Amino acid sequence: MSLSLMLISYLVSAVCFILALRGLSSPETAQKGNKFAIAGMTLAILTTLCAQGMQFTGYIWIALAVVIGGFIGTNIAKKIPMTALPQLVAAFHSLVGMAAVLVALTSLLSPETYGIGVVGAINLSSLFEMSLGAAIGAITFSGSVVAFAKLQGLISGKPLIFPLQHKLNATIGALIVMLIALFMATEFHTAFFLMLILAFAIGFLLILPIGGADMPVVISMLNSYSGWAAAGIGFTLGNTLLIITGALVGASGAILSYIMCKAMNRSIISVVLGGFGGDGASSAQSGSSSDKAVKAGSPEDAAFIMENASKVIIVPGYGMAVAQAQHSLRELADILKSKGVEVKYAIHPVAGRMPGHMNVLLAEANVPYDEVFELEEINHEFATADVAYVIGANDVTNPLAKTDSSSPIYGMPILDVNKAKTVFFVKRSMASGYAGVENPLFFADNTIMLFGDAKKVTEEIVQDITE
Amino acid sequence: MAESVFILLLTIFVLACFVGYYVVWRVTPALHSPLMAVTNAVSSVIIVGALLAVGSSENISAQVLGFFAVLLASINIFGGFVITRRMLAMFKKKNNSK
Repeated sequence: MSLSLMLISYLVSAVCFILALRGLSSPETAQKGNKFAIAGMTLAILTTLCAQGMQFTGYIWIALAVVIGGFIGTNIAKKIPMTALPQLVAAFHSLVGMAAVLVALTSLLSPETYGIGVVGAINLSSLFEMSLGAAIGAITFSGSVVAFAKLQGLISGKPLIFPLQHKLNATIGALIVMLIALFMATEFHTAFFLMLILAFAIGFLLILPIGGADMPVVISMLNSYSGWAAAGIGFTLGNTLLIITGALVGASGAILSYIMCKAMNRSIISVVLGGFGGDGASSAQSGSSSDKAVKAGSPEDAAFIMENASKVIIVPGYGMAVAQAQHSLRELADILKSKGVEVKYAIHPVAGRMPGHMNVLLAEANVPYDEVFELEEINHEFATADVAYVIGANDVTNPLAKTDSSSPIYGMPILDVNKAKTVFFVKRSMASGYAGVENPLFFADNTIMLFGDAKKVTEEIVQDITE
Repeated sequence: MAESVFILLLTIFVLACFVGYYVVWRVTPALHSPLMAVTNAVSSVIIVGALLAVGSSENISAQVLGFFAVLLASINIFGGFVITRRMLAMFKKKNNSK
């Protein structure tokens, strides 16, 4: 295949990827978008396979790698439960990072393959781009591994903080820059490998201190990094498709990070510096609440109030997903709807553990997406709702975010559930949420606590209504 | 010459960042998880660099590294597209949900 034909083919691929993202603007066009992405990827791979100089044995090895990788990837993606989606995405990010490192290494060992010089005399700009792509790839890899381990519960979600942390990171960062400079001046492989090791180390060190509460931001950030790594490699190889795709992915991840930060009123800097949030249940401040009165109700009370309501808004949080209550929740909504009650779902941007996670979990339980609303869309409706059914959520409803400027969650946009006539909180205990802040709403006059497992409580309400 | 090539690539990069910025802001928040899954799959387009290494490099080490890069990227490509499809298939409207 001639070079110009290849370039045009890559251009078509890039356009496919843009159309794929465009398709995600609505659930109706999203499947078509995914098909565009698959088409773009297929075209890119086929085009590359037709490049000049490809050898027959190479095709065999490529086929082998694609078959093995494809088999593993397909199987994992088919089996993974949707609650584990964030871990899976983190794991996938680490693979992109590693692939970027490997490709950077091949370009170092075999520069003539990509027309960027010969060993010992690689173009200066290529050396720079190669180091940059490899460094970002390495950070993406080790950072994603830590994120995966935290989300999977292999290591504690608590922020790991030790003295001189920031100074250590800054020193390593400076060393990386110096090694890149040395590598560009001399093309010493040792400098490159040392730089890589330090980049792996800093990836670990950067993500370890970040707490469980900030995980949605971290995943988005790593998503962004994986894009920048691809773009860096694109510069190294002089490949326009890689550059365009990397920029698209990098921008996408950056926007998601921004949205997540805004939803928690956190600045990206403070997230990166780390230290916010623990494992959730472990951050107990519940002792102080014993002197205040809480109204506890039974599922029967809830059933009675809800079936006589005209409008119920359900506020699900991650606790709902952990208890696997989404299906019984849908049943509850179905029964209420059959009794003429208007039912809507309200979702806070950080309700799940990654952007849009809660929407996927509800969709999995067959909740129609046009009953599910984002914070800004539904917040004004709580005032007209008879019941707010808060299940497995806590911090995102905490009015202290509006009133108490000393609170760690101050300034975070919240769902105004307290404006509903009656608020039900389904909770296991009085423990505080991720942020470790007590929720005064538990003690409000119009709040009724339903203590117990989210799934069991919801099932009992369903039973009481049907009887 | 090499300098002007770099500037050309940089131009493409910056313009692509803007395209990404405007397209991604139009993605509905409900689909942010599929967005992440699909961008993850798409960023594995890095596989093209690895394919060249396996197929046309003379250097054995580069070929071996390339082989593993193709393998990792393939896991991502297949895994990313399959999980995206699985997620998107769940999103249904009210009338055809029953």
